[in-house]
Amino acid sequence: MPQKKSKRQILEGSQAIAQTINNIRPAVISAYPITPQTHIVEDLAKLKADGKAKYEYVRAESEFAAASIVEGASATGLRTYTATSSQGILLMAEVIYNIAGMRLPVVLTCANRGVSAPITIWNDHQDAMSIRDAGWIMFFAENHQEALEQHLLAYKIAEKKKIPAMVNIDGFVLTHTYEGVEVPSIAEIKKFLPDYKPKQGEYLDTAKPVTFGAFASPAYYMEIRHELHEDLRDCQNDILGEYENLKKLVPSAIKKSEDKALVNNGLIEYYGPKNPKVVLIAMGSLVGTVKDAVDHLNIRRNVKHYISNKSVGVLKIKTFRPFPAKSVLAVIKKAKYVAVIEKAVSLGATDAPLAMDIKAYAKNKIKTKIQSYIAGLGGRDITQKMISKIVTDVQNKDDKMKFVG
Amino acid sequence: MKITAQAGSTTKNKTGGWRTYIPVTDYNKCIGCGRCAKVCPENAVKMVLKNGKQKPMTDFDYCKGCGLCAVECPVKCIKMELDKK
Amino acid sequence: MKQIRIHGRGGQGVVTAAELTAISAFNDGHEAQAFPSFGVERTGAPIEAFARIDDKPIRTREHVYHPDILIVQDASVMTTVDVSHGCTEKTIAIINTSLPKNAIKLSIPEKNIFPIDATKIALDILGRNIVNTIILGAIAKSTKIITLDSIKKAVKQKFSAKGQELVDKNIKAVVKAYNL
Repeated sequence: MPQKKSKRQILEGSQAIAQTINNIRPAVISAYPITPQTHIVEDLAKLKADGKAKYEYVRAESEFAAASIVEGASATGLRTYTATSSQGILLMAEVIYNIAGMRLPVVLTCANRGVSAPITIWNDHQDAMSIRDAGWIMFFAENHQEALEQHLLAYKIAEKKKIPAMVNIDGFVLTHTYEGVEVPSIAEIKKFLPDYKPKQGEYLDTAKPVTFGAFASPAYYMEIRHELHEDLRDCQNDILGEYENLKKLVPSAIKKSEDKALVNNGLIEYYGPKNPKVVLIAMGSLVGTVKDAVDHLNIRRNVKHYISNKSVGVLKIKTFRPFPAKSVLAVIKKAKYVAVIEKAVSLGATDAPLAMDIKAYAKNKIKTKIQSYIAGLGGRDITQKMISKIVTDVQNKDDKMKFVG
Repeated sequence: MKITAQAGSTTKNKTGGWRTYIPVTDYNKCIGCGRCAKVCPENAVKMVLKNGKQKPMTDFDYCKGCGLCAVECPVKCIKMELDKK
Repeated sequence: MKQIRIHGRGGQGVVTAAELTAISAFNDGHEAQAFPSFGVERTGAPIEAFARIDDKPIRTREHVYHPDILIVQDASVMTTVDVSHGCTEKTIAIINTSLPKNAIKLSIPEKNIFPIDATKIALDILGRNIVNTIILGAIAKSTKIITLDSIKKAVKQKFSAKGQELVDKNIKAVVKAYNL
């Protein structure tokens, strides 16, 4: 029996996500196992096998098939779910674009992992970045609780705006970690996320037939893509609004706000002083390490360019697509230096993907120096020491992109 | 950086440390049939000439202590004992 | 914050040991975190797992570089891995070995080394060389950071799906290690 009221417990990240997905009550789940996503879909399959779940669990022969199955199921007007990682999302890529283009509210968990070659099973964000232009909402979670809250937001916004959503959780770092978390119950979730009931004409139905993903001539294609872009940009307002609703309706689902967080909404969290000299920007589980590193900076007084921790802030990007450019600029405009620390690389580009977005929007608007740092590729541990070094380095004159670690 | 791996380099990873039990062979009982060498999944048992007779020699750098040799031995001359660590 | 690093080999329950430590601490009312050092997931490969215990939420995700408690589940990894790296004079080491204290070569003061023949207990009680629950009993005994009761509860939580017999055997093993 599903419990009525949630309570805090210690769970593996994958377990917490699987239980939450079950409580969200999707109708169809299809997935193909890949490290480090495996535990999520194993747990979902087990819940089904044990008679604790009502969804249809469709085993697929590949990620391409899994994505196609949820695409089809979603087109019939059902709530769907899938999860993957790394090569899996690359194999899904064609369908990922189609799902967004057909405006299907699929929700996908990406247990972030680097991409081949060389083969790596370990965590970074290169897999997510490879499909960042596909037209999906993309969340990045710092910890278990935030991952759960983002899955609820993902379904809410996806079904409201007819745009698919992806929740990114760091492979191993979150999927395989045990920590305290509160899984909201079915009853609690229902208050925020009622059953998905699309209108007739919005889904495949023999009573009122429609065609999805049809041919669009040059006279229409551009308008359709433009509309998707505008609607995706527009999701920022919905994410802000629904985050507040979620806070009210299912307070247990929300990650507790940090004492020092001056801004905390569905798009970003800013942790630090009001007028920072340096702002460190990161996404996902790395943010926790960065916060601790910044708090520890004041005991390392002998470092070159030492500045008190009172002048270093941490900006977490929770929503990467649509990119919350204005919210980011409002935080960094007064800072002198910004270091964007990323677990991804856009091979051959001038900067890493997140830094590119920030730099492009900030150009000619603010004087802040923005520098791109790449760390933790292929699971290299990112230490607090590395973060401290970046705080020092960003205050130097050069602004070249750097690989750290 | 070199991105190709050297062929046959897996033998650099010695796997003997994995074992809990170690095979101890009673050479007086052993008839030298070589079955233990044939069944060893690690190819860690070789038949060698000892005083003119074929006897098994186990390479403990790679023996994982699975005990297959002891089970298959037709004269039961291999005992699995707890390995000291 | 207390930081724990566990060394061993894939298949010996190293990751489970870290998880059980965290679950026990959480049962005791602390904040806790446990995660593996993501070795290649295959039997036999040397791997590490980490646990952190604190009274405020744990945010950092970096590996444990300076453990308060060092655990070696398989002494044979000490020949290939420098298990004591980052250890301080205060680090407490629990080593699964049949050797006496003075035969253990570790750059840690001898008074902080606690050898335990966990393999023997595991083979006697569980019938398999999986020593994680026994190590837990040793942690509770030599460090007091987790209690025997919370370990028993954690073992039930973790293993109940695998049957009552396994739970009972593991609890017996924990108690045996605790009472050594």
